[in-house]
Amino acid sequence: MKDAKESAPRTEPIQSATFSTSINAEIRRAAATGIYDIRGGGAKRKVPHFDDLLFLGASMSRYPLEGYREKCDTKVVLGTRFAKKPIELDIPITIAGMSFGSLSGPAKEALGRGATLAGTSTTTGDGGMTEEERGHSKMLVYQYLPSRYGMNPDDLRRADAIEIVVGQGAKPGGGGMLLGQKISDRVAGMRNLPQGIDQRSACRHPDWTGPDDLEIKILELREITNWEKPIYIKVGGARPYFDTTLAIKAGADVVVLDGMQGGTAATQDVFIEHVGQPILACIREAVRALQDLDLHREVQLIVSGGIRTGADVAKALALGADAVSIGTGALIALGDNDPKWETEYQKLGTTAGAYDDWHEGNDPAGITTQVPELMERLDPIEGGRRLNNYLKVMTLEAQTIARACGKNHIHNLEPEDLVALTLEAAAMARVPLSGTDWWPGKPGTSF
Amino acid sequence: MQTYDLESDGLRGLNSSLQALAGSTNKTQWNIVNPRGSHAIAVGLDAPIEVNVKGSTGYYCGGMNKQAFIRVHGSVGPGCAENMMSGTVIVEGDASQYAGATGNGGLLVIKGNASSRCGISMKGIDIVVHGNIGHMSAFMAQSGNLVVCGDAGDALGDSLYEARLFVRGSVKSLGADCIEKEMRPEHLEILTDLLTRADSDARPEEFTRYGSARQLYHFNIDNAY
Ligand SMILES: Cc1cc2nc3c(=O)[nH]c(=O)nc-3n(C[C@H](O)[C@H](O)[C@H](O)COP(=O)(O)O)c2cc1C
Repeated sequence: MKDAKESAPRTEPIQSATFSTSINAEIRRAAATGIYDIRGGGAKRKVPHFDDLLFLGASMSRYPLEGYREKCDTKVVLGTRFAKKPIELDIPITIAGMSFGSLSGPAKEALGRGATLAGTSTTTGDGGMTEEERGHSKMLVYQYLPSRYGMNPDDLRRADAIEIVVGQGAKPGGGGMLLGQKISDRVAGMRNLPQGIDQRSACRHPDWTGPDDLEIKILELREITNWEKPIYIKVGGARPYFDTTLAIKAGADVVVLDGMQGGTAATQDVFIEHVGQPILACIREAVRALQDLDLHREVQLIVSGGIRTGADVAKALALGADAVSIGTGALIALGDNDPKWETEYQKLGTTAGAYDDWHEGNDPAGITTQVPELMERLDPIEGGRRLNNYLKVMTLEAQTIARACGKNHIHNLEPEDLVALTLEAAAMARVPLSGTDWWPGKPGTSF
Repeated sequence: MQTYDLESDGLRGLNSSLQALAGSTNKTQWNIVNPRGSHAIAVGLDAPIEVNVKGSTGYYCGGMNKQAFIRVHGSVGPGCAENMMSGTVIVEGDASQYAGATGNGGLLVIKGNASSRCGISMKGIDIVVHGNIGHMSAFMAQSGNLVVCGDAGDALGDSLYEARLFVRGSVKSLGADCIEKEMRPEHLEILTDLLTRADSDARPEEFTRYGSARQLYHFNIDNAY
């Protein structure tokens, strides 16, 4: 009797999908520490993305270009609306703003070197402009952030463009965060802060509050820089139609739109994963705003957030962007999360590919750190070479796709070249669901 | 003495003329007439010149100033002397919001009252206000001195870093992490100097000093707001 009971089939233990192992671990962590999780990187959850789109290529009605021989131009000019000196890029991929402080000096130098070799721009970030970066960047975009750390008119004039940061995809509505471990003497000095404190950058600008004020702020910046520099406005992927419209109204030459997958140096995990929209959902809305004002291509659109490959670049451009921007991909090219440091990642309680405690400053790859011994691990010359290679490959990939679609300039890619693999992506990108001529919300159709 | 009529000759011409002046210029005295509330007057200057603005201005007058001495014979709109690096800006009238925001150096004197967020995120500038200041002044102020001869509004010095705040009159309320601090001889010395330079006859002993309690410097759940 007893034996039969013991051998009776039992219900399989089922882990709740709602209370998953990782959720439960997080509850335990919260209960033990009393503080939210802070980390670097972008949203890790799966969201509709460029992978959900496909190009159709040429066929009976479309004429392709010869693989290597026929020209497929990749040049991009940014800032043609008001600036006397627009920026001319050889490739449609720029390096996004990443703060000195979150990144080491050599890492900033490597980004400058790589971008310059590839004929593109790099961008400062919170914490001011470093000599490493200015010195090695042919084209440097200077961020004008709420914190205004290190802001001064000389650097403003040394910059090739100015990017007013209103928001960031990883945390629309949030300011920067740099914890004490990374506030070295140099970082503290540049930010005019006590060494070693947990530093939280302001989340809103100190001297303007809305687009009407911003318009005057832009007037001031242009007056200080002789109307030479293109002025970008960077927003997180929140309300892309209205944000783009208002950025244009405020006088932007270029709108930078960063989706929720976009990386950050350090932010609360809850912010990264739950605030903001995927970049795929934002591009068409931003382009619609530009088109409604008859300024598409006149005011340029740079998009970012999870751009990894030339296919991503081509898809972003086909949806109407003029260029893309990369952060995380550039860091990986420099050596971030490289499996060769696996033993050290293990010691930090993580594994290559998952390491995101960038705020703690112990990066085995020597990129997101201010510890001299770790910083030495990154050779800025080699890093620059690797970044250049990566940018070149992405460009070649985007050109491969553009030629297959018969385009002699990557800007000639268009939504008509695309289909979507999922309903969500079809709705967000406003391209037909694969195998149909329909997408949710298509004018003249009902859903 | 150079006279520039802003109304007839335009902002661009004004700022480019003033910005082109080097340290060795002999055109050291400028009068700007008919400012009529224009924005971005005399911004980005970088020479030891004296600029007199004969009337009231709009936003960001004297923004990012280096070296120049700018006197506004009227009131100023928001963001006067924002991000100033060095030099002096004197406002004979009142100042709107964000006066001296993020300033790194130099002296800003407001003879009348200043509105809210005076000295927000200041990074080394000295600000002397002869009258009162509005709410949220010296928010996240990092360094430098804010001297208020009148009263301060709500939430003075919220999230303050290392800036020193001196108020002669009442403070409606202190912001997060801002506390009253002991006035030591070195503070009286700073005050004496600033009051003299700002042409104020207030006496240093009448002021109370406020500063950061430094409780927010490291995240601690018990201090979260
Ligand atoms: C380490 C790091 C630091 C960053 N610092 C800044 C910053 O200072 N200012 C800013 O506007 N964005 C910052 N960002 C965001 C990037 O500019 C960009 O929006 C984002 O990295 C793009 O997405 P991606 O990482 O998926 O390519 C940072 C991103 C990273 C990864």
